[in-house]
Amino acid sequence: MTNAILAEGLRKEYGDVVALDGLDLAVPEGSVMCLLGPNGAGKTTTVRILTTLLEATSGKATVAGLDVHADAARLRERIGLSGQYAAVDENLTGFENLEMVGRLYHLGRGPSRERALDLLDRFDLDEAADRQAKTYSGGMRRRLDLAAALVARPEVIFLDEPTTGLDPRSRLSLWEVIEELVKEGATLLLTTHFLDEADRLADSIAVIDHGKVIALGTAEELKQQVGGERIELTVKSQADLVAAQEVLSSVGIGQVTVDEDARDLAVAVGVGGDALIETVRGLDARGISPLDLALRRPTLDDVFLSLTGHVAEEVVDA
Amino acid sequence: MSVMTALSDGAVVTKRNLLKITRLPDLLVFSTIQPIMFVLLFAYVFGSAIVVPGVDYTDFLMAGIFVQTVVFGATITGAGLADDIKKGIIDRFRSLPMAQSAVLIGRTTSDLLNNLLVVTIMALTGLLVGWRIHTSFVEALGGFALLLMFAYAVSWMMASVGLSVSSVEVVQNASFIVIFPLTFISNAFVPITNFPPVLKAFAEWNPVSAVTQAVRELFGNVNPLAPPPDAWPLQNAILASMIWIVIFLVVFVPLAVSRYKKAAAR
Repeated sequence: MTNAILAEGLRKEYGDVVALDGLDLAVPEGSVMCLLGPNGAGKTTTVRILTTLLEATSGKATVAGLDVHADAARLRERIGLSGQYAAVDENLTGFENLEMVGRLYHLGRGPSRERALDLLDRFDLDEAADRQAKTYSGGMRRRLDLAAALVARPEVIFLDEPTTGLDPRSRLSLWEVIEELVKEGATLLLTTHFLDEADRLADSIAVIDHGKVIALGTAEELKQQVGGERIELTVKSQADLVAAQEVLSSVGIGQVTVDEDARDLAVAVGVGGDALIETVRGLDARGISPLDLALRRPTLDDVFLSLTGHVAEEVVDA
Repeated sequence: MSVMTALSDGAVVTKRNLLKITRLPDLLVFSTIQPIMFVLLFAYVFGSAIVVPGVDYTDFLMAGIFVQTVVFGATITGAGLADDIKKGIIDRFRSLPMAQSAVLIGRTTSDLLNNLLVVTIMALTGLLVGWRIHTSFVEALGGFALLLMFAYAVSWMMASVGLSVSSVEVVQNASFIVIFPLTFISNAFVPITNFPPVLKAFAEWNPVSAVTQAVRELFGNVNPLAPPPDAWPLQNAILASMIWIVIFLVVFVPLAVSRYKKAAAR
């Protein structure tokens, strides 16, 4: 399979600060790659280099088979970028914004107008088409920004933190739009520091920290890397803790963790379903009725925490 | 990238900037009230105190105030670009396959058209308070053309500033540090004959003085009997102005384009 995006040893330094420290990335055509990492990890720097906005200090990258440095001008015809800050002109109407972008992709006057109208319709902005973008809600602005990235039907689309700052409903509707794009076969590189976003949208996830890819795989693979499923149990009374611990250690494959105050117990298990049944039997045999019993699969939060030693949504200054 | 592409992309950006002016009518109102206010203030406040031998003060003043206004107006170029960088619009433009120079061509062109409007309003206000052109139509047209060419050249200087600093506010502050001495240590509002020597030397070689003198001559607003000025740029004001305009463009067009290519969202 051909790679739509290929980066090898990308390095970017600002004086003494190393923003990218030898980043490698390969994104097959037609797939969705998510760069996941905290603020300051190097996600935006990576996107800026791949979209020709910034030159790497060293390293090599090609997008759609074109070198980001040597073929920058031709490359710009084939990519679409939707930035971290919704880069629409707030004094222009939605239509004027998209029409301008079409003209600057050199689509010509007529096709630019048609394409603008199509996109406004598709992104549910047709009623707001003739209103200035400054009257738009945050979600509408992001949709307009995303539409602007799609004007020239690019082969490779870059979305830098597309849902940051959006309310849950707008996030959900933007996710749906992005999922539709993917169905149409575009290659997508998406950055986020939201784990659920990566989990939902990406074919593969590159976890980035301190300017490097520290883990790569599908969401499932990354979760397995951290460990399998866990059984979490809360008992009604502290008197039950010892017996409950015995049950869990007989079904689990590791150390049982106990929080006495909260009366919570947890253990990693091999085959989750079987272990759950055994736990229920064990508890029943000892006459313990649980307040709460759950089989929990690791989330990307767990992955992130175990890989980086810090939580994902923590804000780290760049 | 061909020149035609640069011009047609530039036209798209110009249109965008002009649309913006119509969308912010309050900005337009204030940017036109300001020159009217300046003409009235200087004509009546300074005009009542300053006597320029052999020429009516309002006649003397107008060229100076035209030049001052277009120089101050050029900060719009810098501020507009700084604002576009801050809002991420320059990022959008730079990711598009458009000519790299188009954003700057568009910006300076729309500011030129804005200046044309402002100069027209000022000229009409000047005529109302007694300013008169005493030369031919062609010479007068030449005066306005020179003024606008100078405005265009200064726009490129301010574009370089706007692309180099961190925010819109800094553009304004940084520009004023340059603009105030340039416009006030000049022949724009008062004759420089009695300036102390150092200020006088500065004023004589100041581009604002050369352009003011040239515009004054083209409007026939100089004292025909006055002895010729001491300094070469004021004796050959039109030529000196053209030279200054060329110098500004040669220095600042490449500088602004190179700053633009490096501009990053901040």
